[in-house]
Amino acid sequence: MTDLYQLKRTPFHPRTSALCLPQNWRRWAGHIAVGSYDLGLEREYWAIRNHAALIDVSPLMKYLIEGPDAARLLDRLTPRNIAKLAVGQVYYTGWCDEDGKLLDDGTITRLGEQSFRLTSAEPSLRWLHMNAVGMDVTITEHTEQVAALSLQGPKSRAILNRVCAAPVDGIKFFRMAPSTLAGKPVTISRTGYTGDLGYELWMDAADALPVWDALIAEGNDFGITPCGILAMDMARVEAGLFMLDVDYTAATHAWIEGQKSSPYEMGLGWTVALDKPGYFVGRRALEREAREGSAWKMVGLEVDWEGLERVYGAAGLPPQIPAMAVRASLPVRRNGQQVGYASTSTWSPVLKKYIALVHLQRPHYEPGTRVEIEITVEHHRRYAPGTVVALPFYEPEWKRK
Amino acid sequence: MAAASYDAIIIGAGHNGLIAGAYLARAGKKVLVLERRDIVGGAAVTEEIFPGYRFTEFSYVVSLLRPEIIRDLELPKHGLKILPLPSTVTPLDDGDYLAAWDDHDLTRRELYRHSPRDAEAADEYSRVMARAAKAIKPVLGLVPPDPSSLSWRDLRGLLKLGAYGASLSEKEIYRIAKLVTQSSADLLDEWFEFDPLKGTKSASGIIGTFLGPRSPGTAYVLLHHYMGEIDGAFRAWGFAKNGTGGVTAAIASSARALGVEIRTGAAVANVIVKGGRACGVALENGDEYAAQVVMSAADPKRTFLQFVGRQHLPDELVTAVQRFRVRGSSGKVNIALSELPQFTCLPGAGPLHRGAISISPSIDYIERAYDEAKYGQFSKQPYIDMVIPSMIDRDMAPPGHHVMSCFVQYAPYDIEGGWDHAKRETFGEAVISTIERYAPNIRRAIVGKQVITPKDIERIAGITGGNIFHGELLLHQLFFLRPAPQWADFRTPLPGYYFGASGAHPGGGVMGAAGKLAAHEILKDWR
Repeated sequence: MTDLYQLKRTPFHPRTSALCLPQNWRRWAGHIAVGSYDLGLEREYWAIRNHAALIDVSPLMKYLIEGPDAARLLDRLTPRNIAKLAVGQVYYTGWCDEDGKLLDDGTITRLGEQSFRLTSAEPSLRWLHMNAVGMDVTITEHTEQVAALSLQGPKSRAILNRVCAAPVDGIKFFRMAPSTLAGKPVTISRTGYTGDLGYELWMDAADALPVWDALIAEGNDFGITPCGILAMDMARVEAGLFMLDVDYTAATHAWIEGQKSSPYEMGLGWTVALDKPGYFVGRRALEREAREGSAWKMVGLEVDWEGLERVYGAAGLPPQIPAMAVRASLPVRRNGQQVGYASTSTWSPVLKKYIALVHLQRPHYEPGTRVEIEITVEHHRRYAPGTVVALPFYEPEWKRK
Repeated sequence: MAAASYDAIIIGAGHNGLIAGAYLARAGKKVLVLERRDIVGGAAVTEEIFPGYRFTEFSYVVSLLRPEIIRDLELPKHGLKILPLPSTVTPLDDGDYLAAWDDHDLTRRELYRHSPRDAEAADEYSRVMARAAKAIKPVLGLVPPDPSSLSWRDLRGLLKLGAYGASLSEKEIYRIAKLVTQSSADLLDEWFEFDPLKGTKSASGIIGTFLGPRSPGTAYVLLHHYMGEIDGAFRAWGFAKNGTGGVTAAIASSARALGVEIRTGAAVANVIVKGGRACGVALENGDEYAAQVVMSAADPKRTFLQFVGRQHLPDELVTAVQRFRVRGSSGKVNIALSELPQFTCLPGAGPLHRGAISISPSIDYIERAYDEAKYGQFSKQPYIDMVIPSMIDRDMAPPGHHVMSCFVQYAPYDIEGGWDHAKRETFGEAVISTIERYAPNIRRAIVGKQVITPKDIERIAGITGGNIFHGELLLHQLFFLRPAPQWADFRTPLPGYYFGASGAHPGGGVMGAAGKLAAHEILKDWR
C-alpha cells in the first residue's frame, strides 16, 4: 500500500540508504537517488578525480533490442552509423525527431551481432516501437531487471583488476566485455559521466548487493568511495557532458520551438553520420543544418578569476563560489548585448576555475570570444568576464589510455 | 411604479450573474442582482440538506474559473480557497485499480504496471493536449466575431482571429482540426491500449453532453476540460472550501463590497420593454425595477423565450434558441455517510479518499450507459465520478462522518414516461448498487441521500432542460454559434438587453468568462 506513494528504489538501496547519513535524496527517473553521502560534496568529488567513486546509476532507462533488424532500427533511430559499431563497442549518441531536434541521448552497446543495449534518460519504449514498425525486432525494457554501477576515477581500473575474475586492461575506451565479479556475471563497459578513467558495470538486479559488497571490500585500499549524483554533476560539467532537461529540452517536452536543440547545437556534430547510407530520423533537417551552420552552439565558458574578484571586490567581498553545480539559467552578454545563457555552472575544484556550459548564438560561440556572465553579488545583478573555450574543460591523459 | 432605479439589473445570482454584476459595479455602475431562490449561487451552491451534512449540491469541482476574475475581484480576500483534489482512482472489475496521482513519477509507475507503452504515451498525450489547449485558449477570451458580418468590430475580431490562426504551426492546426471533429474514443485509441485508462480519460469528453465517447465532437469537450491545466499555479481540478457554494459566496461577497445589491427570493417574470428598449424587470410578485440595462444570466431558453415577448425578437433567433440543445444528461446523488466507503481494490482509509473515484472501467462501459440514455432510460450501470468533500474540507460533515458527491451520467431529462418519485428512487438505487460493487459497505454507511435528476436541476437551479452547461458543448453550439448565429457577442436584438451565462460563449463550467465578457460588452455600449 505505502509502496504506491513512494518513488522506486534501486537494487542497491539497502546499501546506499544505510550510508546516506545526511538523508540527501534526489529524484532520478522515478527513483530516489542519493544526492550525497556527506553533508558536503568534496570527499565524493575528489574520489572521482583522485581515487574511485562508486555511483549507483541503476535509474538509467535500459532497453534490450534484439533481432535481425535490431541494427537497422538503431540506424534509423539515431544519427550514428550503427553498421560501424562492432560487437563489444559502445556508441554515445543523441536521437532526434523529424525536425532534427534532440529527443534524448544515451549509449548504445552492441552486445552481439543482433543484440544491443540502449540507455536513455527518458522512457523511450513508445518511440522505439513507433520506429520499429515492420521490422523483425524485439524491444524489451529491462531498467528494473538490470542494476548498474558506475566506478569512476583514476583507480577504477586497479580495483576492477583486483576484484574481477580477469583483468580489465584489455577493455578500451567505449568498449565493453563480459566478466565475473563476486562470482556473478557482469558486463563491464569503459564508459561514464565524469570524463575520467571509469567503467560502468551492468548486472542482474538480484546480484546487485554481492557485487557492491565485493567492490567496497576490495576497493578499500584504493580509496573507493560511494558517491552521490551531486558530485557527479560537478564532474560531468568539467567533462563537458550535458543533461536532458537541464542543458537541453527534449523536443517532446518543449512548449515553444526556441526551446528545442539539435545535435549540432549541443556539440554532437561528431555523432551525426551524414555519410551513412539511407534514411534516419531527422536526416533532412540535419543535412540542412550541416550545410547552413547552426544558429546556436553549446560551448564552455571560463570565468576570469580576476574579473570575479573585481566584481565582488566592489561590494567589499572576496569571490563566493557555489558548493555544487548550479542549474539556474544565467544570461551571457557580449558588449552589453545578451548573446546566450549558461545552463549549468560550477566551481571546478580540479581546475580551480569557475566554469559553465553556455549556449551562444552565432557568431559568438567561437573559442576565444570574450563574453560576460551574470552573477548575483550581494543581491545585485553583476556581470563577470570570461572566455569561450572548447569542451571539455577537463580531460586527464588517463581517460582514454 | 418603479420602486427603484438602477444602472443595471442582472437576472440570476449564479457565478456568471454575480461576476457580471461585480465587474459593472467595479466600473462605477449601480447594480442590482435578482435571484429567484433564497440563496445565491445558482448551480454553484452548498446546502445543508441533512443537518450537519453539507452537500455541494450540483457543481462540485473547480478548475476553469478564470484567473483574471480571481485577481480582479480579489476572491482570495473574500474567502476563496481552492483545495487540492490530488488523484483519480478507477476501481476495476478484477479487483485491481487504476490511479492517477498528483506526482508525475508515481503516476507513470502506476500506469506502467498496466501498460508500459501507455505510461509513456500518457506523458506525450498530456503535453500534446496541454499545447492544444494553450493554442485554443486565447479564443475563449475573445468576443466571438460574426463571420458573416461586415461591421468594423466583427472584421477586426476576424482579423485578430486570423492573425492568431496564422501564429499556430501547421502541426497545431492539424491537431486542433482533428480534436474538434473527432470522438474522444477515436482520439484515445490513437494513444492508448489499456481500457480503463481510455474509459476514465473519455469521461471528461462526455460530461454535460448528451453524447457517448464514440460520438464525434466529444474530443473537443475533453480538450475543454484541459483548459484549466495550463494556468500555471491556477491549474488542476480543485475542491473549493465550503464546496462550490464557497466560490459563489466569495464572488457575492466581493460583489457586495463593490456596491452590488443582491436580492434573493426575487423571481423575474419578464423584462420590461419600452420604446423598443429593455428598461427594467417585473418580478413574479408584481414588483418592478427600472434600469438602463438588463442582463440575463439565466439559460438561453429563459432568456430569449420566457423573459422577453417574442414580438421583440427576430423569428430566426427565436427559432434558433428553440432548437438550441439543452438536453440534460447527468444527475447527482449526494450522500451523507456514517463512515468512509471502503473500496475493495484499496482497502482502508487512504489517499484515494482525498481524490476523485471514477467508475469508468472502459469506453464500452460508458458507451453502453449512453445507449440506454439514447432510448429514454437512465443508465443502469452509469459512469460515476465520486468525490468525498469531507475528506478535503472537514467542515463539510460532522466529525467522523462524511459526505460524498456522486456525479452520474447518463440520466436523460426526457426519460420514457417522465421522471417521477419512483423513477428517481430507482435511479438513486442504480447508482448505489453500482458503487456497492466496488465499495460493499456503502449501503450500511448511508445516513441520508439526495437524488438529483435533470428535472430537479431544472426545478431547483432553474436551468431549462437541466443541462449543467445550460446547453451542450457541441460544435454547432460553440463560439460564434453560441447561443445563436449573429448573437454570440452577449448582445441581443433588444437594445439594452444582454445575455451572459454558460449558454453564451465560451460555455460552461464554473469559469465565469461569459459573465465577465458580457459585462465588458455592456460597458463598451454605455453612453
